[in-house]
Amino acid sequence: MLELSLARSQGAFLVNVNLTAGQGITALFGPSGSGKTSVINMVAGLARPDAGRITVDGKVLFDAKAGIDLPPEARRLGYVFQEGRLFPHLSVRSNLSFGMNRTPSPERRVKLDDVVEVLGIGHLLDRRPAKLSGGEKQRVAIGRALLASPRILLMDEPLAALDAARKAEILPFIAGLSKRFAIPILYVSHAMDEVLRLADTLVLMDQGRAAAVGSVEDLLARPDLRPLTGRYEAGAVIRATVAGHDPSYGVTRLTFSGGTLLVAKCDLPAGAAVRVRIHARDIAIATEAPTRTSIRNMLPARVISVEQGDNHLVDVMLDCGGTPLWSQITALGQAQLNLTPGMNVKALIKAVTITGSHIAAPP
Amino acid sequence: MFTLTPLEIEALYLSLLVSGWAVAGSLPLGILCAWVLARLNFPGKALFDGIIHLPLVLPPVVVGYFLLVMLGRRGPVGGWLHDWFGITIAFTWKGAAIASAVIAFPLMVRAIRLSLEGVDRGLEQAARTLGCSPLRTFFTVTLPLVAPGVLTGAILGFARSLSEFGATITFVSNIPGETRTLPIALYALTQVPGGDEAALRLCIISVVVAFAALLASEFLSRRVQARLQG
Repeated sequence: MLELSLARSQGAFLVNVNLTAGQGITALFGPSGSGKTSVINMVAGLARPDAGRITVDGKVLFDAKAGIDLPPEARRLGYVFQEGRLFPHLSVRSNLSFGMNRTPSPERRVKLDDVVEVLGIGHLLDRRPAKLSGGEKQRVAIGRALLASPRILLMDEPLAALDAARKAEILPFIAGLSKRFAIPILYVSHAMDEVLRLADTLVLMDQGRAAAVGSVEDLLARPDLRPLTGRYEAGAVIRATVAGHDPSYGVTRLTFSGGTLLVAKCDLPAGAAVRVRIHARDIAIATEAPTRTSIRNMLPARVISVEQGDNHLVDVMLDCGGTPLWSQITALGQAQLNLTPGMNVKALIKAVTITGSHIAAPP
Repeated sequence: MFTLTPLEIEALYLSLLVSGWAVAGSLPLGILCAWVLARLNFPGKALFDGIIHLPLVLPPVVVGYFLLVMLGRRGPVGGWLHDWFGITIAFTWKGAAIASAVIAFPLMVRAIRLSLEGVDRGLEQAARTLGCSPLRTFFTVTLPLVAPGVLTGAILGFARSLSEFGATITFVSNIPGETRTLPIALYALTQVPGGDEAALRLCIISVVVAFAALLASEFLSRRVQARLQG
């Protein structure tokens, strides 16, 4: 359990964050310059807060009032940097055991063999970092941090420097780490697909503050947080179960409290619990079911609220069998439909708008 | 066949002894000074930097004279060393090593400092988060990474020491078997009639030694680079 309340001024920029991160993965999400990296640097002891207090599992790492400021080497937190930062003069094996060798034996909870197996880096042990691909480097960097048996793992956009294929290769490892090694993870990211895949708890960062904290589903369904989640990213996240695949048409059926959702085929097995993100702009609204349409998903829903958004857009919040959905329509559309709270409507969602990157097995 | 005369062997041996000790003795201090210049900011840093670089721009004779005044048997430091420890520096090969070290010091520090400034500080941070104290980080991460720079600095210092003349002759004079290194023996030979041939031979030996040092440096730094790049 990480508890922190920090303040630090960096020139004109002020970081002021209060936060609690428990088991699982806590994602710090925000645009560049929102203070995400500053926060984990302060937790790691690489930057010094002006005021505040940081504790991990009750142990005080920093307390401005009491004059406590443990150096990074005494905090026992793992840190995975964006650019890996492997030691170029050491082999992969020596990189991995670097932190482990400096951890007192009774506190070594993570075994080298386990990490090598989980990360699939057994064939790389005798190489030097210069001979590794970007994805391999990052896996070794994760292993190195884990093997120091840290109280918490801090990850600063570990996938930002990788292309989509490498990213897809590493995401599953990270998703499994927190449970497998029982280590809470504080994960900094500005990529929504990573957050969707990894986060148990989401912290939205804005101008040096933690603007909102909650579950991914709750925060992404709130129109008032749209400036922070991103205009294009706006949309609800729902929980669903894979009901089955139809390979001949390349589609997958998902069931959720609001009915059945047809989406582009995904790789997850039937029965898997998934998180599905549906962009608000991909949901259309009809007051009566259209006939002879290509749209496969027509879900009965009730209008909860209708609010004028920006740029002549209207945000319509829907309740679909207990699951909140968020639709964005034009002001012109609203003028013709005249939606009011309480109305029963159909939410129309094209199956092809929901593809692989919108569907993730939650942690 | 090119066989060395006893005089040449003696001068060559002294040159290597003096230069070797000059480098070995001043390297730790050189690394420390380079680190201070590369990493710390403090009032008076420009002055500190200037003092370290002074031997590079002063006439070596001035440095030699200064050493003589300070470290001579009647000098404030030399007298103390003599009275308390019975150590005499002036007019011995140890004095020649000190003179060479002082002259070569700025070259060595410059090379190491450049290398230190090129080290990714992020790697040091990574080592800290993995449980290394600053001192341990220096020895396990920083020093191996600047090894090529340290090597270059050491070879530069060694080469500069081999060619040291002005400060050496002023401080420790020309004593056969004690302070008569290659350049000093060469100078002495040019001052006696009929010494031309012997002087030329010493010239050739000097060139060979200097060239060997350069080749060794190139070879070693390639090996170190290869190690770093896997």
